[in-house]
Amino acid sequence: MTEFWNRFSCNRQAVLGLIILGCVIFLASIANLIYPNDPFLYSRFPLSGPGENGFLLGSDSIGRDVAAGIAHGAKTSLLIGLIATIAAVFIGVIFGALAGYYGGLVDDILMRVTEVFQTIPSFIFAILLVAIMKPSIESVVIAITVVSWPAVARLVRGEFLALKNREFVQACHTLGMGDLRIMLAEILPNCLSPIIVIGSLMVATAILVESGLAFLGLGDPNVMSWGFIISDGRSMLRVAWWICTFPGIAILITVLAINLVGEGLNDALNPRLRERN
Amino acid sequence: MNRSSKILRYVSRRLLQGIPIILAIVVMNFFLLNLAEGDAVDVLAGEAGSATPEYMEEMRKKFGLDKPLTVQLAHYLKNVVQLDLGYSFRHDMQVTELIVDRFWPTLLLMVSTILLAVGFGVLLGLFAAVNLNTWKDAVVSVFALITYATPLFWVGLMMIILFSIKNDWFPTSGMENSAAFYEGFDRLKDIAHHLVLPTITLSLFYLALYTRMMRASMLEQYGQDYVITARAKGVSERRITFIHVLRNALLPVVTMAGVQVGALIGGSVIVESVFAWPGLGMLAFESLFARDLNLLLGIFLLSSGLVVAVNLVVDVIYCFLDPRIEVN
Amino acid sequence: MTDKLLKISDLDISLPEGSERNLAVENLTVDLSPGETLCIVGESGSGKSLTARALMGLLPAPHVRISKGKIEFCGEDLTKASDPRMRQIRGSEISMIFQEPMTALNPVMTIGVQIDEIFRFHVKMSQRERRLRAIELLEDVKLPDPEQIVAAYPHELSGGQRQRAMIAMALALEPKILIADEPTTALDVTTQAKILKLISDMQAIHKSGVLFITHDFGVVADIADRVAVMQYGRIVETGSVDKVLNKPEHRYTRALIASVPSLVPRAPRTRSDKIVLSTESIQKRFGGGKSFFGMGKPNRFVHAVKDVTLDLRSGETLGVVGESGSGKSTLARCIIRLMDSDSGKIMLDGVNICNLNRADMRPWRAKIQMVFQDPFASLNPRVKVGEIISQGPMIQGADRQTAQTRARELLEIVGLDVRAFNRYPHEFSGGQRQRIGIARALALDPEILMADEPVSALDVSIQAQILKLLDEIRERMNLSMVFITHDLRVAAQVCDRLAVMRYGEIVETGATREVFDAPQHSYTRELLAAVPGQKWDRQLAN
Repeated sequence: MTEFWNRFSCNRQAVLGLIILGCVIFLASIANLIYPNDPFLYSRFPLSGPGENGFLLGSDSIGRDVAAGIAHGAKTSLLIGLIATIAAVFIGVIFGALAGYYGGLVDDILMRVTEVFQTIPSFIFAILLVAIMKPSIESVVIAITVVSWPAVARLVRGEFLALKNREFVQACHTLGMGDLRIMLAEILPNCLSPIIVIGSLMVATAILVESGLAFLGLGDPNVMSWGFIISDGRSMLRVAWWICTFPGIAILITVLAINLVGEGLNDALNPRLRERN
Repeated sequence: MNRSSKILRYVSRRLLQGIPIILAIVVMNFFLLNLAEGDAVDVLAGEAGSATPEYMEEMRKKFGLDKPLTVQLAHYLKNVVQLDLGYSFRHDMQVTELIVDRFWPTLLLMVSTILLAVGFGVLLGLFAAVNLNTWKDAVVSVFALITYATPLFWVGLMMIILFSIKNDWFPTSGMENSAAFYEGFDRLKDIAHHLVLPTITLSLFYLALYTRMMRASMLEQYGQDYVITARAKGVSERRITFIHVLRNALLPVVTMAGVQVGALIGGSVIVESVFAWPGLGMLAFESLFARDLNLLLGIFLLSSGLVVAVNLVVDVIYCFLDPRIEVN
Repeated sequence: MTDKLLKISDLDISLPEGSERNLAVENLTVDLSPGETLCIVGESGSGKSLTARALMGLLPAPHVRISKGKIEFCGEDLTKASDPRMRQIRGSEISMIFQEPMTALNPVMTIGVQIDEIFRFHVKMSQRERRLRAIELLEDVKLPDPEQIVAAYPHELSGGQRQRAMIAMALALEPKILIADEPTTALDVTTQAKILKLISDMQAIHKSGVLFITHDFGVVADIADRVAVMQYGRIVETGSVDKVLNKPEHRYTRALIASVPSLVPRAPRTRSDKIVLSTESIQKRFGGGKSFFGMGKPNRFVHAVKDVTLDLRSGETLGVVGESGSGKSTLARCIIRLMDSDSGKIMLDGVNICNLNRADMRPWRAKIQMVFQDPFASLNPRVKVGEIISQGPMIQGADRQTAQTRARELLEIVGLDVRAFNRYPHEFSGGQRQRIGIARALALDPEILMADEPVSALDVSIQAQILKLLDEIRERMNLSMVFITHDLRVAAQVCDRLAVMRYGEIVETGATREVFDAPQHSYTRELLAAVPGQKWDRQLAN
């Protein structure tokens, strides 16, 4: 663990990413303290520029505070990204492990299913799912999960496929060890590093997808999110550039930070592992 | 058997493999349609404003909606095979017709984006790898890192602020200035002018992706044994980079280009809705607001088919690039 | 012959900071005359390959570099030569062939184009001439149908053919020096014999000096004029092949040579006639169109194991020898039920274990255990050594306490410190890991040990230690052993009886001594004839 931390902290970019991410998480956790009011609350000062009328980052067309929106939106983005990723990793690991370990017909069937899901343009599929389920936090999480598990499944399948023929796994068979124990206790720990890496990068992608959905008006209408502010400020682009600009920068910085951390993890956990999708 | 006939066989086999995928998507489509609240008759009734329950029941019979699900599925499959994707009440048109109409602008946007993203991505990645660990590499890498993290719609909006609002260089929306009634070459020029911002916006993310992949791929290939062999033969570094390494490094990038087409279509929904580009993505955006699920599913089906087709093309290209692909 | 082609003096090659040692190669002084073959022998990590790279100016810059010394090639110091000059020399005056002919060739370029590059960069010739010359070269290295091979890609050739193509490439411009870095290590023994002959034939024609890097003393005995023995980056002994092999002076050389298993089979031991394991017509095929979705896949079968019938007697070691692809490992995995054989019987204590399901098989697992080939892949890097060894007994029903006590005992038996118990596998060397693997197999108190190439990934001195350990344990625990190997020298020293396999079939069985002295099958004769260093063995025997 200390060895891992040493390698990770050698990577300046990764440490920078971790610091930024820490700040975003901090912002999300104190959002209720610094902006105790509902971020949807409108005021008498629409379209104030940054710094005017006590709005740090300006206000939108009906006078809602952009800065408050960003603070509360951070919570939404991080939460959705995290939950969807955990769910997707869970499903992907199960699919990939079964397909890779058992091979043959099981693999054929599971991988065809995965292939179908990978063929479908994921963002359109997500739009479709949210549209059918009606926009809400839950439907957004489900949609992101549904479109992102195949990548994990493929990765885990590949790892299992390679590892199951390793001699240490064969040795377990000769000892009479059961399949479930071999999968969970012997093989899975050996592919945790790539799973952690792909998981961390998936959080970033999930945040991008969530903001995209919100931008198209498919966010939960009762929950403040970065994509929502941008989508709402779009029509005011000519008169109030700040409404769209700041939440976008928030997304950019957060996603960038997560990507940096993810790459740092990649380098630190497995120097030979290269970029995978 | 010679190579070209082998490739032909390979292609036909891949084509056959694409069929169950498309079929599965169609079936999924059907169930998604059923999952949605309300059926076509509800929508129709909503459109008409008022309808008696008896009338709606009659309509359901007419559309076969009272039949068991399996019968309905068979009916749906038959329709899809005949390229009948249903009727869009909102646009008062056959979905198929509507989609085909809007397909060309999207295709134009996609092709120009792929060319820009893959072309420049490969060049930038190559440039960074050749100048490894110099400031040039650093600039390219930071650029790729940042664009890789930027949401598409935000890039689009910033582009509009910078290049259309602050400086009136490019139009903000649409595909052409229809009021000007340009013809021939002038029309092409007008379309190209409108194409610039959407293309740049859509390609930035993928440009970053391909740049990073190409750089990593080049570096990986530089470490291979055959590079040492080539050096041991006295081959120049130039030739090693541009002939030996480049061709091997392109292979994973080509694969990725195929994989990313699906994501590109998704991105086009956002970009088209930002720039009001009259393609499938814009259509999807409109149908979202109109809750025109028939249309949305049609677009979904077509774009899935497109991905299958593009992947096939990529596979064939790959066959020519990599002689190792055993096409049997 | 008086003028030296190459004189290396006081060469130091430094490694990047934080490496195991500062200098990969230290104070290396060696020379090479025209027409001479100099073998550099050493175990892994001795610095022999880096020396070769240094000559070509191909050290992995900037971390590994020459820090001292001179490399004089026909009077010119190569350490001071400019890049363009080095490029001129490489391929035309000094050329090189490598260990792994698959990865050493560019997979997406035809053999023809890759040969062509040599001419393109060194001589002025028209394209037609270059093509004709390439075909000629391929003919010279005795490749069949050169016209086709010119247009072939590396993956379309066999390992031996690829190495021939590499040699053709290296000799294209009749270089003064040919450097061969373990060129036959990745090849089967019969192919190795042919490639070695080709190299010496070509040398006779072109009068080039050959710098041959190897770890195999048999090969050294067959091809070297002079030998340099390397250890930890230093040359510990040089001299004529006769002097170094037959009258070695340095301790290390003597130890190495003593580790080389002799081709003269050991005396057969008294054996019982009790059969502990027998197989009856085992069949195993791979491939075929079983897959439900795999439309249009041609049904290609590989008959990996064909009708194999074997007996293993109590207390004996049965060797299964064969080249790669002979099906010997598949056979081992079928017997131990890691794979299901298609048909046939495997009788263990009067029970056919072939059709037992997993649960019924479990108690039988303890009776027959396996030692694997790759010491790095055969231990789970995430599990502690003690756990690895005690897992087996615990699965078989022992309680934790007993299993762990037994594991500690076993560590001592296989010659490891008991403290290894709480460490992870990556903290151990290859030989030590192999000991851990043996301890794991022994933990279940098996009657039969299946050893699949247990020493082929190890250096010769470690190999000797592991073989000795296996022998001791076998005596001590009264084990019967099936020993799979491709190395006839090892087989001669370990096995009481031999079964020779080719293309999935057993072509000959018999007592080891009989098989070696009077091989019945033509393939066995071919195999025996291809073992390098036989002349040397005869010299030693007399």
